[in-house]
Amino acid sequence: MAVAIVTPKETGAVAEIPPPTRFADKAFEWLTLAMALAVVLLVFLVGWQLARGSELSIKRFGWNFLITSTWDPVAEHFGALPFIYGTIVSSLIALIIAVPLSIATAVFLTELAPLRIRQPLVSLIEMLAAIPSVILGLWGIFVMVPWLRDYPFAFLKRTLGWTPFFSGPVYGTSMLAGGIIIAIMIMPIITSVSREILRSVPNLQREAAYALGATRWEVTRIAVLSYAKKGLFGAVILGLGRALGETMAVTMVIGNTPQISASLFAPGYTLASVIANEFTEATTDLYLHALVEIGLVLFAITIASNLVAQVFLKTMSMGSATRAVQ
Amino acid sequence: MTINGAGATFPYPIYSKWFDEYAKVDPSVRFNYQSIGSGGGQKQILAQTVDFGASDGPMSDDNLAKAPGKLLHIPTVAGADVVTYNLEGSPTLKLDADTTADIFLGKIKRWNDAKLTALNPGVSLPDKEIVVVHRSDGSGTTYIFTDYLAKVSADWKSKVGTNTSVNWPTGIGAKGNEGVSGQVKQTPGAIGYVELIYAVQNKMPYADIKNADGNFVKASLESVTAAIGTAQIPDDFRFSMTNAPGKDSYPIAGATWLLVYQQQKDAAKGKKLVEFLKWAETKGEQMAKDLNYAPLPQNIAERVMKRIDEIKL
Repeated sequence: MAVAIVTPKETGAVAEIPPPTRFADKAFEWLTLAMALAVVLLVFLVGWQLARGSELSIKRFGWNFLITSTWDPVAEHFGALPFIYGTIVSSLIALIIAVPLSIATAVFLTELAPLRIRQPLVSLIEMLAAIPSVILGLWGIFVMVPWLRDYPFAFLKRTLGWTPFFSGPVYGTSMLAGGIIIAIMIMPIITSVSREILRSVPNLQREAAYALGATRWEVTRIAVLSYAKKGLFGAVILGLGRALGETMAVTMVIGNTPQISASLFAPGYTLASVIANEFTEATTDLYLHALVEIGLVLFAITIASNLVAQVFLKTMSMGSATRAVQ
Repeated sequence: MTINGAGATFPYPIYSKWFDEYAKVDPSVRFNYQSIGSGGGQKQILAQTVDFGASDGPMSDDNLAKAPGKLLHIPTVAGADVVTYNLEGSPTLKLDADTTADIFLGKIKRWNDAKLTALNPGVSLPDKEIVVVHRSDGSGTTYIFTDYLAKVSADWKSKVGTNTSVNWPTGIGAKGNEGVSGQVKQTPGAIGYVELIYAVQNKMPYADIKNADGNFVKASLESVTAAIGTAQIPDDFRFSMTNAPGKDSYPIAGATWLLVYQQQKDAAKGKKLVEFLKWAETKGEQMAKDLNYAPLPQNIAERVMKRIDEIKL
């Protein structure tokens, strides 16, 4: 009622009020800006601190640190290449396994599953995320690795043993086992995020596709997945972020050998694992600095992978824009 | 009053037992020990952020030179590394220095190698690949093992050396004693080294090792204490007891140390610390065996007591 009868005088009064509201607006703006800057600052501080902590090693080895394969704490000769290789390869294996599984699970949960079983399934997947990684690692040594070695690995060896990727002796603990355990660990996060994204696809999309006579698969593919493409990609990147930094469980099954081998059955090593393994007992300065530099490299890889993802997203949206025009 | 310490993980169980028991002896003082690893223990005592440090290996000359005052090494207890394996029937193998070094160097690749069969008449060794398992995390266990191998094998000394982690010529790395014992148990044909207690608890077989006197000795608390008794121990107590002489000495063993400054800054705290150290070297030593640590022999404990008396308040 009061709103309905607005006299000019009252409008004038209202006009005088703004300053405080604007102040609140400004304050809010500053506050959020400060928070956003704090995050940026934090990233810079981490980078700076890592660079400072690895000074000795950077001075001694320079860029060679990134392309040398020796890691010899006795002779104090340090190179990060096998760890960089191991981190990237194990994460890629994890993504190759986890992404199709997670997205398929998310599709099933949002599009196909009967309502009755949706919630229990979602809870189960979220419980998987709650398993501490050291427990998963111990399960990895005692259950997963022996099983992998005796059945799937033995099968791969028989059928694909002639390729360099599955050659050599099968110990069980290997780059492949490391990738598989990471896949198990990143599946819940990719699945949950994907599920949220698929749920946010408007029903109009689906109805429109059905109206055009699309089958269920076509609806899922064209109206849902294609629409949610960017979001799903984001979910995958979140998973990758976790995969790159995953430590405990991987350490227990990857074999911890700093070598570069084409065979996925050969043991490997990751950046995060070597830090976790050797930091506590490192006594010399150069050794410690080399380990911190490993952290710096991991930091750089994480940032680089995010940048690449950004660029990828840009080209992706440009691609879909052109397609829309066509 | 709280006395803070940090360092080695290997003696953590006995240290916490000591602190617990000592609280009954002297309720006015509380000990707080963080088992963050020997590297951390050395760093923190050098930075004087703790009242005592703890380390599974003696400090290097380089690190000692960084100390703001004279640091004393106080040996407390010792432990053994055993060579454990996964072979059908779990026979007790006999190994000598050369063979052990060659296996871990990757030179002996199969179980039926002539060197192994010659040492083990009567044991049927399979024609199977040897899978070497070693620690991937830096540890005192690795330090003791590589210290032994470097002493007995020139090849090992020049190619690999001694440290808490080394550049392993062969094998797969597993995290912690539990990781190595788990890996060995799961892998037929595997061989690895773990602390004695882990092999005993997991009922894993372990090899008798030929010692410096030429006897094959089984690892036990007694054979470790025997080794400390015969090892060359310099006055600063920075000793290595691997490959010690004497017919009963088990060759792959090592001690663990507490690190304290000779000149204590805080007289009241220093006094309490000295009292505790003396108690540990006498009453404390008697608790070692129950927790599967080898106590120091009497003559060494007496020498250590004299050193503790030199701590100035």
